[in-house]
Amino acid sequence: MSGPTLTETPQQADRARTIYEKSVPGRRAAQLPPLGEGIEETPIEELIPANLLREKPAELPETSEPEIIRHYNRLSRRNFDLDTGFYPLGSCTMKYNPRLNERVAALPGHSKLHPATDPADAQGALQLMYLLQESLAEITGLPTVSLQPSAGSQGELAGLLLTRAYHADQGRNPTKVLTPDTAHGTNPASVTMAGYEVVKVATNEEGGVDVDDLRSKVDEDVACLMLTNPNTLGVFDENITEIAGLVHEAGGLLYYDGANLNAIMGQARPGDMGFDIVHVNLHKSFSQPHGGGGPGAGPIAVSGRVEPFIPRPQVIREEADGEVFYDLDYDRPKSIGRLRGFQGNFGVFVRSLAYILSLGGDGLAEASRLAVLNANYLKTRLSEGRAGKYLPVAFERHCMHEFVLSGAPMKKELGIKTLDLAKRLLDFGFHPPTVYFPLLVDEALMVEPVETEAKEHLDAFADAIEQILEEAESDPEIARNAPYTTPVRRLDEVGATRNPRIRQPQ
Amino acid sequence: MAGYTPATDPERAEMLARIGVDSIDDLFEQIPADIRLDRPLDLEDGMSESEVYRLLAGFADTNLDAERIPSFLGAGMYDHYVPAIVDAIVSRSEFLTPYTPYQPEVSQGGLQVMFEFQTAMSEITGLPVSNAGLYEGPSAAASAAYLAMGQTRRTGLVVSRGLHPHSRETLATHAVGFGATLVEVGMEGGLTSGEELEAAVTEETAAVFLQNPNFLGAVEDISALGEAVRAKGALLVVQVDPMTLGILRPPGECGADIAYGEGQPLGNRLDFGGPSFGFFCAKEEYIRKMPGRIAGETTDADGRRGFVLTLQTREQHIRREKATSNICTAQALNALAGMVHLAWLGKQGFVELGELMARRTAHARRLIGGLDGYELLHDAPVVREFAVRSERPVEEILPLGDEAHGPAPRLPVYPLGRDYPEYEDSFLVAVTENRSVDEIGWLAHMLEHGQAGWGEHIHDHDHEGNPVAGGVA
Repeated sequence: MSGPTLTETPQQADRARTIYEKSVPGRRAAQLPPLGEGIEETPIEELIPANLLREKPAELPETSEPEIIRHYNRLSRRNFDLDTGFYPLGSCTMKYNPRLNERVAALPGHSKLHPATDPADAQGALQLMYLLQESLAEITGLPTVSLQPSAGSQGELAGLLLTRAYHADQGRNPTKVLTPDTAHGTNPASVTMAGYEVVKVATNEEGGVDVDDLRSKVDEDVACLMLTNPNTLGVFDENITEIAGLVHEAGGLLYYDGANLNAIMGQARPGDMGFDIVHVNLHKSFSQPHGGGGPGAGPIAVSGRVEPFIPRPQVIREEADGEVFYDLDYDRPKSIGRLRGFQGNFGVFVRSLAYILSLGGDGLAEASRLAVLNANYLKTRLSEGRAGKYLPVAFERHCMHEFVLSGAPMKKELGIKTLDLAKRLLDFGFHPPTVYFPLLVDEALMVEPVETEAKEHLDAFADAIEQILEEAESDPEIARNAPYTTPVRRLDEVGATRNPRIRQPQ
Repeated sequence: MAGYTPATDPERAEMLARIGVDSIDDLFEQIPADIRLDRPLDLEDGMSESEVYRLLAGFADTNLDAERIPSFLGAGMYDHYVPAIVDAIVSRSEFLTPYTPYQPEVSQGGLQVMFEFQTAMSEITGLPVSNAGLYEGPSAAASAAYLAMGQTRRTGLVVSRGLHPHSRETLATHAVGFGATLVEVGMEGGLTSGEELEAAVTEETAAVFLQNPNFLGAVEDISALGEAVRAKGALLVVQVDPMTLGILRPPGECGADIAYGEGQPLGNRLDFGGPSFGFFCAKEEYIRKMPGRIAGETTDADGRRGFVLTLQTREQHIRREKATSNICTAQALNALAGMVHLAWLGKQGFVELGELMARRTAHARRLIGGLDGYELLHDAPVVREFAVRSERPVEEILPLGDEAHGPAPRLPVYPLGRDYPEYEDSFLVAVTENRSVDEIGWLAHMLEHGQAGWGEHIHDHDHEGNPVAGGVA
């Protein structure tokens, strides 16, 4: 084995043991309150028939509170996180998560408010949701916003079900949805779940939609076109007005995947480009922490003709005799209905509204401008030196908030793959970019540096890439066997799939 | 204005020079002029941190949260005590700020938590396979329907009217896209009608959806109801309240193919409805059709134990339109909160909490069912929630006071009228370990006033039913 270190790091020496394996019979943490005066300790079998009761307690860990804290704190140190290091994960918008937002979300008036509280006793919460709806409507350039979808993927599905309802209302039942071949995987998956057939549209030499290919595929059987703009190549589609016209003329709707909204806040708006439905990822552009894989939220903004169909309930503002009242409107006869329980991920709404209020209109526009500046600066740095030689930019033009490199020359000339480069970056303390996506680019690396990163971190990242490529020129084995310093080294994913062990053995 | 952006003017100039453009505007030239926004966004100017705090704290102050009034609201989300260690652990940057664990070498913490969570959920539901979490409860019903339809190649969904109305409506919304048809089975004496269920299940039925305890709080005999389901080759899908599984027979021991539910009671705040997590457990044979993320155990290049996201060929980023689901969030942070709460309760505490709720609920039910003007909607066994019928219209008993002089706060119980017109005269009462015997007494007292009318009594009591001057606290 080749590598810079042959000794175990302290984290590696600390072998993974689960909370179950640390369990000791008889240990406990919780002390529950007493039953209360006047309440009898009736045997449970007298309250609920024995055949409906559990016979054996569930095997949960038996452990003490100090052991729980130590266990999860130690586990936490086996994670890379945004607060510790640069996280240029393309299309994920890993921007700083302001702690003010955590503080306001934790206020009991927000965090301990039951979702079924009568609207009269939840005016602050409903006003907050209404303000967020209005803010997102202005940012997207569309009149109506539903906050209900739980995530971008659910926003997509909502949008497609809205599309279905819109067409059905006109007595139509088109069967196809167009998506570019650069689309996120969720797009086609959502299309199938909405009962539509996916039809792929080709990408042109500039990285945008191939308009001729689109023209050949647009007909009356097209329900909608799903686009991300700027797309996953970091390219803004200049033909968007023509594209919108083609789809609209055939009776279809235009769906905007808001994954890349961070590039254009205050610069251009999907509504002005002709889109009918937009989903917004509050965990991307609006600073909700990603939490290691959720929570997020995926509100949708829609045009007037789609508005009658939005999910219910909807937060509305009513004014009578000078009194303002915020309410939940269930009386929406054309609504597609619910996508989930209650009103949506309110805790996420609090954080995102705090973020929008902190930045203001100008601040949001500035955030996008600096995201684009950072991306172009890092792209420039990576077009120099060895990176420029081994990792060419997929589309040679100014990018928006992210850009895509191809590791194909690196693989051919140095014998290391994009995956190897990614793993070696871990030893340098960087989270790698998104790899092998978009599928269209061979050995792709998708880099999104975001506006909250300081220049020195971008420089350090570019320097690390240069160093790894230089190292690979003399010894490619180093990257091929990387990482070395992480809590574990490269993991056997094939074995994990072949023989799934997805829980502690009984 | 807080931009959270470090770039100074000289740095910007240096970066622009390196890129080879004069201004940031030049970088936006690829956006055609006719769709560029030629005005500032019509939003307020940015505010300082202290101003944002004051504004949002002001909103929070107008909400009647469970710290300001004893809440007996339930309907799927409950005011449990969340132990302090949950807050401490989920607010750590290392759990709060990473993305989905795509790079397992630096995500072992999060992946191991998923593995532990899957084990715990599998244990409490009695089913061998669990995923790492879904969005929340009702939408997990849609995931179950999608799996069942793919598995059976059938399109019929049969749902009990005792299934949470949000789950039923969510299923109806998704059924349009899935091409499914929905049939509802009625209730008798607070329980799903076995006769109606048997008649509704056919050779076209992909899945039958039950809930335990059902929406009216009643404990169903899932095993008995399941017989008709198995006879026709449909999947038995059960929505469960995880906090009742300390004492209730787990769905896996009642013949369920899939159990799912709302995870909020486990370690998550009420948050006016989210974020929380959904859980999804199933029999072994469905492992390659599960929705969402799944963590699996493996080894690294040096033979050390480690964890990865596994069975990824099910998922959207690989399979695209042929994926088993479009879901790519696991609500990982919320699931972590659930896992820490379960570890804190532990093997014994989880049972004790179930028993505590059942006993306090029995007390509350006896007390309230015996009040003048009230009777129980059903007398089926319950764990933590029960339904009460009122002589006086529910809307009239809720205001905590005479509204002649302005609006009064509402008694925090769940009126059934919107979801069940047939029970327009009824409401649900939910009990947790947070609702003391005194607070249960307060509720009974307030209900008595609600029934008899308030008159001048509004000014006589605080929220614990104690006499005070100045009205409801």
